Amino acid sequence: MARRVTSRRVWVSTGAAWFFGFVIFLPILWMVLTSFKTELEAFAMPPTFLFFHWTTENYATVQGRSDYVHHALNSIIVAGGSTLLALLIAIPAAWSMAFAPSKRTKDILLWMLSTKMMPSVGVLVPIYLIYRDFGLLDTRGGLVAILCLGNLPIVIWMLFTYFKEIPKDILEAARMDGATIGRELIYVLTPMAIPGLASTLLLNFILAWNEAFWTLNLSTLDAAPLTVFIASYSSPEGLFWAKLSAASTLAIAPIIILGWFTQRQLVRGLTFGAVK
Amino acid sequence: MGQITLQRVRKSFGPVNIIKDANLDIENGSFVVFVGPSGCGKTTLLRLIAGLEDVSGGQILIDGRNVVDVPPAKRGLSMVFQSYALYPHMSVRGNIAFGLKMAGLPRPEIERKVEAAAATLNLTPYLDRKPRELSGGQRQRVAIGRAIVREPKAFLFDEPLSNLDAALRVQMRLEVTKLQKQLGTTAVYVTHDQVEAMTMADKIVVLNAGRIEQFGSPIELYERPANLFVAGFIGSPKMNFVPGDAAGEPGAATLGVRPEHLKIGKEGEGWPGTVSVAEHLGSDTFLYVEAGKLGMLTARCIGEFSLKAGDHVWLSPDPARLHRFEKDGSVIRR
Amino acid sequence: MMKSKEVVLATQQTQVLGRALLIPAVALLFIWMIVPLAMTIYFSTLHYSLLDPGTESFVGLENFRYFLTDPAFLTSLQNTLVLVGSVLAITVLLGTPLALLLDQPVIGRSVVRLMVIAPFFVMPTVSALVWKNLLMHPVSGLFAWGATLLGLTPIDWFTDAPLFAVILIVAWEWLPFATLILLTALQSQDEEQKEAAEMDGASALSTFIYLTLPHLARPITVVILIETIFLLTVFAEIFVTTGGGPGLQTTNIAFLIYSQALIQFDVGNASAGGLVAVVIANIVAFFLVRIIGRNLEA
Ligand SMILES: Nc1ncnc2c1ncn2[C@@H]1O[C@H](COP(=O)(O)OP(=O)(O)O)[C@@H](O)[C@H]1O
Ligand SMILES: [Mg+2]
Repeated sequence: MARRVTSRRVWVSTGAAWFFGFVIFLPILWMVLTSFKTELEAFAMPPTFLFFHWTTENYATVQGRSDYVHHALNSIIVAGGSTLLALLIAIPAAWSMAFAPSKRTKDILLWMLSTKMMPSVGVLVPIYLIYRDFGLLDTRGGLVAILCLGNLPIVIWMLFTYFKEIPKDILEAARMDGATIGRELIYVLTPMAIPGLASTLLLNFILAWNEAFWTLNLSTLDAAPLTVFIASYSSPEGLFWAKLSAASTLAIAPIIILGWFTQRQLVRGLTFGAVK
Repeated sequence: MGQITLQRVRKSFGPVNIIKDANLDIENGSFVVFVGPSGCGKTTLLRLIAGLEDVSGGQILIDGRNVVDVPPAKRGLSMVFQSYALYPHMSVRGNIAFGLKMAGLPRPEIERKVEAAAATLNLTPYLDRKPRELSGGQRQRVAIGRAIVREPKAFLFDEPLSNLDAALRVQMRLEVTKLQKQLGTTAVYVTHDQVEAMTMADKIVVLNAGRIEQFGSPIELYERPANLFVAGFIGSPKMNFVPGDAAGEPGAATLGVRPEHLKIGKEGEGWPGTVSVAEHLGSDTFLYVEAGKLGMLTARCIGEFSLKAGDHVWLSPDPARLHRFEKDGSVIRR
Repeated sequence: MMKSKEVVLATQQTQVLGRALLIPAVALLFIWMIVPLAMTIYFSTLHYSLLDPGTESFVGLENFRYFLTDPAFLTSLQNTLVLVGSVLAITVLLGTPLALLLDQPVIGRSVVRLMVIAPFFVMPTVSALVWKNLLMHPVSGLFAWGATLLGLTPIDWFTDAPLFAVILIVAWEWLPFATLILLTALQSQDEEQKEAAEMDGASALSTFIYLTLPHLARPITVVILIETIFLLTVFAEIFVTTGGGPGLQTTNIAFLIYSQALIQFDVGNASAGGLVAVVIANIVAFFLVRIIGRNLEA
């Protein structure tokens, strides 16, 4: 039922919401604006807000520098690869727990969740040594593996909650219609689960893209994704703000846009269904 | 052919026995209704026949062959679910055709059969719609269409009408019965509504707490209930039960008489009481009568009676229609 | 007690297939958990430095004694607690009113929502660098300019208040998370319940105190627990902005372990520290898992 509201109240809450929204968004906005300035203007005091000499030169520079492209490609491969790998392992597991549960299913789910709560730093040393000894340091495969394992519990949980929402009647109807388990999965379950699969994929791509503990510690150059590349800007302080901003904008823009589409899934995925 | 036989079928979930030793013989072509209070195991029994649950013991024979280890897909039965369980991502056509596709029928034949089923059920205009674009009654028809198109050995229905409104329910009740007679296919139908059971069934199975209380035709159950439970469950309004000794029949622990078999007698005839509520329906009048030691009695009288609360009446039971029960609830036959 | 709703496609085949399909995930996660943990435990009992390999020797609990009595540990533990506590306080205390505000009729609410949620999707290294250079730079940062406008002297954030600067950055990253979860919870609140309270003559304030706050109690707990798990191991923001300094002023436990392992190459000591971190995280996780587990049954 719509509640009757006075228009004054609407205006007050609208004003307040926009104000706070703007304040929170300001750092990102400022970064985007800076990315269109020249290096000199980026550093200027007092700062210029809209009336500066707009230029896309920084983007051209960043785009042209092969190391940016190289790291962006790494990000795509590492985030995409780890997400797909995680899905591949998680789909059967989530199917099993949602549709053929046993007495221990709940315990297994909670145990999986608890592995996610293990602080990465607690196992940094052995992982680093294993990676060093197996030649996995600074390799894309190494990063894919570790990010996949790190996000696997979230992927399984998200898929599990989606599968749980599919009425089991419908799968049974397929069975009564003569479908084998394989065909039931292909013709009935998968099409019905596609929205859930898509949002799981999206959210985990985002999480993997932004992951900055293992990427910073296990890669330096060859396999380094954008997190590491951007971090390398921290030393020559103050000199390349506009370019830093352009590179940052390129690194986060696609993710923020994807993120906007996954707001609801974010809540579901990161709270493991504890908030609905 | 579609003859289904249950021999000593048991089902337990963990330590709980849900179905206790069910024996049943469902003849080919008959319409059998499982009826009983909710939670008594009707759905479970149906799902055992379907193969969606494994039996804990006993045998299920379809046309003489034991099928307990045959997966549901291979039993040759089709099922209409309470929720309809339509495939939301397929059109009506796709839903009806799915089983035929799984069976690997050639496309033109599938097409022909789907069209025919749709025509029977008045679904032709909706063939290309998705289930969410249909009304409840139409979805119901699609579910039925999906079941009939495969020409199964038997239809299994699990409370298929319970999600429809009252008027539609009556209409669909007729249509389902008509369709089943026309096709001549065995049907097993689950409901908790005894009116549905009485109107649709050739034979009724009354279930209570996982036990088959009685198996017989509607009239048999009405006229010769085997025990207190069946007597109380079948018939509306419920049968009146009075203690045998209070009613002057010390030979029976309980005496049962249906409301329609209680007449308003002359003074001194039958049991005295005071009307506490009178419901005037026009065609009938229901009297709820406070009858002292006998408790509250319900009487159903044909036509209009100008009785009202507080009036004194005498109720006389039809002696030929009295049911007498032992202490353990079983009927005393004479 | 099993509920009938929960039970499923029962034929044995399915059950067997189900078990089989679960194996890869369980096996991988089990290895992922147990192998590194066992190695960490093993290393924590060794004198083991990457700088002079071959000199490993068993030292019992010596590393723990050393790690726990090291003044750097106490400092970094304190920094960790201050960081976690402050960020939690900021995100919950700002996130709740913000969620309430966004739950009001607001023109263009979806756009505001997008602006509020955006920081969560910014990679930590980017947010750290943007805050450090574009906003908090003592000469050319936006904050410095703001301070001059107000007639104040701009401060050098990373020298004068380094830990506070890190807290601000991390709080900015996590405020959207708290807001979004609380907003989702608010939107599931029964509207009729609020209307009933209104009919009963409850003021907006008492509606908030007696209906909304209790409704938010659980989501707030969840926010606190989940954020705690992540905040205990904040790393990239420190790595990029201060490198733990000046001195130890912004070193938290995670960064301390990192620097012992990959800067000082003291594997034994870092492993002991890692186990301490695991124990701390497990205390929090214990409560979180209980809450989520209870939810699984509902
Ligand atoms: N898979 C199951 N596991 C445990 N108990 C079940 C399961 N399925 C049904 N039951 C229990 O069996 C009893 C009978 O259920 P059901 O056959 O659905 O009853 P009905 O259809 O007659 O209402 C109920 O008490 C129900 O809780
Ligand atoms: Mg049922």
